[in-house]
Amino acid sequence: MKKLQFSKICKSFGSVVANDNISLSLGEGEILSLLGENGAGKTTLMNILFGHYVSDKGFIEVEGKKLTPGSTRASLDAGIGMVHQHFTLADNLTVLENIILGTEPLTRLWSQKKQAYKKLQELSKRFGLIIDPDAKIADLTVGEKQRVEIIKALYRDASILILDEPTAVLTPQESEQLFRVLKEMVKAGLSIMFISHKLHEILEISDRIVVLRHGKLVGEVTTKNASKESLAEMMVGRKVTRPAYEKLKKGKAVVELENVSLNASEGSASLSNVNLAIHEKEIIGLAGVAGNGQTALASILQGLASPSSGELKLFGEVLRKFDPCYLTESGVARIPEDRTKEGVIGEMELWENFLGEELRTKAKSRFFIDKKQAVSSAEKLIQEYDIRCEGPFASTRLLSGGNIQKLILARSLSNNPRFIIANKPARGLDEGAISFVQQQIVNAKTKGAGVLLISEDLDEIFELSDRIAVIFDGKIQGPFDSNKVSINEVGLMMSGEMKADSVYEN
Amino acid sequence: MRINTRTNTPVWLIALLPILSIGVAFIIGACFILWAGESPFKAYAALIKGSLGSTFAITESLARATPLIFTGLAAAVAFRAKFWNIGAEGQLYCGAMAATLVGTGVIDLPAPIMIPMLFIAGAVAGCLILLVPVVLKTHMKVDEVVTTLLLNFVILLFVNMLLEGPWKDPMAMGWPQAARIIDNGVLPTIVAKSRLHLGIIVALLMSVLMWAILRFTVWGYEIRAVGHNQQASTFYGISINKSVLMVALCSGGLAGMAGGSEVAGLKGYLTLTLSPGFGYTGIAVAMLAQLHPIGVIISAIFLASIYVGADAMSRTIDIPNYIADILVAISLLSVLVGAMLTRYRIVWGK
Repeated sequence: MKKLQFSKICKSFGSVVANDNISLSLGEGEILSLLGENGAGKTTLMNILFGHYVSDKGFIEVEGKKLTPGSTRASLDAGIGMVHQHFTLADNLTVLENIILGTEPLTRLWSQKKQAYKKLQELSKRFGLIIDPDAKIADLTVGEKQRVEIIKALYRDASILILDEPTAVLTPQESEQLFRVLKEMVKAGLSIMFISHKLHEILEISDRIVVLRHGKLVGEVTTKNASKESLAEMMVGRKVTRPAYEKLKKGKAVVELENVSLNASEGSASLSNVNLAIHEKEIIGLAGVAGNGQTALASILQGLASPSSGELKLFGEVLRKFDPCYLTESGVARIPEDRTKEGVIGEMELWENFLGEELRTKAKSRFFIDKKQAVSSAEKLIQEYDIRCEGPFASTRLLSGGNIQKLILARSLSNNPRFIIANKPARGLDEGAISFVQQQIVNAKTKGAGVLLISEDLDEIFELSDRIAVIFDGKIQGPFDSNKVSINEVGLMMSGEMKADSVYEN
Repeated sequence: MRINTRTNTPVWLIALLPILSIGVAFIIGACFILWAGESPFKAYAALIKGSLGSTFAITESLARATPLIFTGLAAAVAFRAKFWNIGAEGQLYCGAMAATLVGTGVIDLPAPIMIPMLFIAGAVAGCLILLVPVVLKTHMKVDEVVTTLLLNFVILLFVNMLLEGPWKDPMAMGWPQAARIIDNGVLPTIVAKSRLHLGIIVALLMSVLMWAILRFTVWGYEIRAVGHNQQASTFYGISINKSVLMVALCSGGLAGMAGGSEVAGLKGYLTLTLSPGFGYTGIAVAMLAQLHPIGVIISAIFLASIYVGADAMSRTIDIPNYIADILVAISLLSVLVGAMLTRYRIVWGK
């Protein structure tokens, strides 16, 4: 008997078909990977499973019993547990408190912490999920938080575990550890559904792979018979071309950081004594697990914060004015980390967002906005960068993530910048948009720009970078020539387990 | 039943919202009138007659709308940048005090100079008093809702003290009111035998000016940007504190002008009955106008008509004029609920 069975699930939103007649099953003790680009229908399918949506047609069975549609409670009771990509934990509570949160009836006056404690320890021992039940969530690392999420699902007696892009925030080593735990769990009879778009992981962890594209199930293969290339092609529907790496002779330094430190403001990591030089015609990839000082470094280079000590030279001159407008004007292209919250103002029109960065630069600082000129240049850029929208007057929030990123690229790269600070430019985009974004960055490098590429995706870093630096706990190691360092070594440096100074020359 | 986010809000829906809200307000208001034992049709007929039924009624409504346009603009501009200035009432009285200070004989200049001076004095006073909450907000993160609201009481009590003490007009037969504005400072009426004065022209000009600023200038762009998304505004290099300061100066200035306009236009002297809550009603005006400066004109006139009409109605039939407050309150609530419905869609059934 199948553990979980989706039968002919259809779901559309208006004219958009999110799930088109999807049937798939999950066996006992099996790890099934669900592969697909953004918008392929993975999330919709999971939302149907969890009762957030009701499918238009079709049904779901758990161990042969039909699942009540539209009821989250029914899904949880049926033993389905989900670990979300974005953790749903209360920072100010302890691990134990988070785990029992929501499992106890409101009418009981005191909670049964003792039993919960025992059960938690049993689970943690059984699957090798080591965690201190009394630790505050805020004090945990990302990997530990994820462990809590998994235990939370197991605590509710989940026998089917859904993991939504679980490795997005982990170092390669942490991912390895997660995979060991997952394999332990399937041995104990659990079934796991693993959602991801990282091909090498899927190939490593799963028994079977199901590929979704545009809401349709386009392929189902056992992992033995699958390869990276065949999966990528199935997922995108055509051959995927990534920009070709080309080594260029690097030019003058565009940015030089000398002993730059930034004391952390509340809730973010600080930066300590960073030395780094970025030259014309080179891409430096900065690898690191999120929250190790990337944000602080980016905010300095984007003019949003000034270093608490140290010096930054921009194009050979000491930078004294840490101001977004000044940097933009001097030829710095800034690609922000959070494109929808920081990169654009969703409620404003497209042409207004094209104007955003330039608004206060000297060339434009007039009292009145030159709307005619702004609109016509917006129109030009929409054409040039193939931004899919209704035109310059469309509301920006209606654009897809990929198109918003195109807008940001168009805005910053069209001025032929000499230095590009790109903070996770391809994160969360689909394959087509990723290759577009990467190609734009490579093109800018060819034209002579120096690039600092901050990313959590090591594949991306290795594919694009001339040199790779690693950030951990606010300190930077490297940069190293990208062909002289391995993914494994970078991974170890990302988790602070390896010091590279003795091994490599800078 | 579930709530979905709308991806696109049609413009007609946004335009329809205030009209529907007002409709809802009148329907619910009818229930209260029935409860009071009168026919809603009769009551509403009396209300409309009292606010729009004659030249006098119309000028009265417009005269009442004048301060509401100012305070409505004050709220709209501030709220656009998510600066929650609840203190228009206090700023209005500050403006009135400044106009009284300047306009009661300290200086006497020809009217074309005197009148603008009174408006400017009012605006400056409104700005200055709002600086206190602004600086507290930008430098110490003190919530401006609390400070602006509480300042209202401080200012009202201060006005009370002045009127009972140093500013009390000995010619007023014991009433707590200040000296009259000198003749050169009094705003001329623009319709003969009415109380409709020059203030409304200034109010209309201010609406157009604010609209143009928000729409056409770099500064207006920044105000809107800061209101929508502070993080992205910072990324664009807009100084949040500077924008908030500028917005606050505008907002306080407009509210202060309301005070100047009332003292020099309608009443002729400062009293504690100068404003029956124009500052607070201004918030309703702004919300009903969906924070649009031109919309403020329409909604101010509309709300003023309800108030004036309700006064007239209460004189002819036995319904207290509180019904106006009820109508305004319900239409405000309806707009707030309706604004949510323009962003979300309620889907019935599963």
